[in-house]
Amino acid sequence: MTGDVAVLGAGMHPWGKWGRGFVEYGTVAAREALADAGLDWRQVDSIVGADTVRGGYPGYVAGATFAKALGWQGARVASVYAACASGAQAVDAARAQILSGLADVVLVVGADAAPKGFFRPAGGDRPDDPDWLRFRVLGATNPTYFGLYARRRMAVHGDTVEDFAQVKVKNAAMGALNPNARYRKRVTAEEVAASAVVADPLRLLDICATSDGAAALVLSGMEFARRHGAVDPVRIRAVSTVTPRYPRTVLDLPDIATDSAGSTVAAGPVADTFRASIARAAYEEAGIGPEDLSFAEVYDLSTALELQWYEDLGLCGEGEAAKLLREGTTALGGHIPVNVSGGLASFGEAVPAQAIAQVCELTWQLRGTAGDRQVAGARVGVTANQGLFGHGSAVIAVR
Amino acid sequence: MSRTRTPVVPGWFAGEGDDFRLLGTRCSACASVFFPREDSFCRNPDCPGGELEEVPLSRRGRVWSYTDSRYRPPSPYVSDRELEWRPYALIAVELESEGLVVLGQTVPGVSVADLTVGMEVEVVPGVLNEDAETTWTTWHWRPTGVTA
Repeated sequence: MTGDVAVLGAGMHPWGKWGRGFVEYGTVAAREALADAGLDWRQVDSIVGADTVRGGYPGYVAGATFAKALGWQGARVASVYAACASGAQAVDAARAQILSGLADVVLVVGADAAPKGFFRPAGGDRPDDPDWLRFRVLGATNPTYFGLYARRRMAVHGDTVEDFAQVKVKNAAMGALNPNARYRKRVTAEEVAASAVVADPLRLLDICATSDGAAALVLSGMEFARRHGAVDPVRIRAVSTVTPRYPRTVLDLPDIATDSAGSTVAAGPVADTFRASIARAAYEEAGIGPEDLSFAEVYDLSTALELQWYEDLGLCGEGEAAKLLREGTTALGGHIPVNVSGGLASFGEAVPAQAIAQVCELTWQLRGTAGDRQVAGARVGVTANQGLFGHGSAVIAVR
Repeated sequence: MSRTRTPVVPGWFAGEGDDFRLLGTRCSACASVFFPREDSFCRNPDCPGGELEEVPLSRRGRVWSYTDSRYRPPSPYVSDRELEWRPYALIAVELESEGLVVLGQTVPGVSVADLTVGMEVEVVPGVLNEDAETTWTTWHWRPTGVTA
């Protein structure tokens, strides 16, 4: 089993459309996390930035960009990119430095300033880039993939568009309680049903928006935390950042086709889907199972994808997610609340910040400081996330 | 002046009419089929590595899932901004013998209301867009039994 690292501080710049640059958002979140940790920036040994593809080179070298904005002080620096999982890989890089003894205190920052409308690939003619190809050849935006998954669930598991709408209703109710969320109004099933179809069968209110926002964490070794006076800090016990395994037979963004399941030379059939394997790796590393969880923060890029995560995290069996939702099990006050932060439904996605924001929510819930959205007696939380190009993550934190 | 017909991506499909096929590659050692084609190395981690040979994919498959695009996709998708946006359907099609699921647009005139998961479809030649000199060709999926 891997050692724990302590979460000494968590901070955010509220999500929204603020019209300013990602550096400013990230610096606000970083300063808030440092203040929360009771540490000065000069005490930070290392900074890891989660990259944004927006903002040119400052975005590609986010670690250095935030270090400069906070004031060069000679810290070790790294920047990571893993699409939507960038934030979790930044946490993982920080954890590796701490556990290997390279650093006592590491600051992790992710921030984005998102464009209006659909995400699109980087410019220019790039026929060797699968992300460029899916737009050029098919016009396949991210929501069309979400639509495919949603329709598949309806056909295979009998989910309904009313089930999907109830995910939004649940998450909006919790987001209304979160001062960092972008959307803070409750939403009714009728409002979801009245919103425009974007990618059949999903409507505008089934699909997460794109947002500006930033999140930051101050992580340290357990020994440093004790010396610093944090006797019972929230601890990160597992960070899973595994790749898929060949053959990947579920169509995934930004691919035009799956791998072939017809190979005659293979070690054996792949036992679980990519998403399920991300969760399983985290459970194995933490030495726990889904039955030990108090709550979960999952990547609800769409309402239907939240239901998929219930199954991939093992909260229920395959095809049983809608039942779990209908029974109120995943609502605040239920047996295993999901997305008590309000989720992406209430935040909108700020790509490099989002997986860090999930860990911020774990931290506040496990400390018992989440206010009106507090999960009673929260002891163990998990995050789950998936991004383009074979990236995904799950983080388990305990107290 | 007549336009030149050019595939939107070279080497992904060929043929006319009933002979039209998507083209993938198959590994001579492990029989993995790749679409879009892999021409350098087999991606199966358990494969000792074989020759990658071009192979036409099955003409028919079954709908794994489907959706549509109710809003105009951003560039590099090409559409005439002077015209009102007309949604098209996208189908993910399961090709049984290759063990592949391949995305594609439907033929014009087929909407999500005409589709069900499990329905049989076939691949047909289609036009993606036209500019001054070029008709950019692509593949479309069409429910079998529809001749439009």
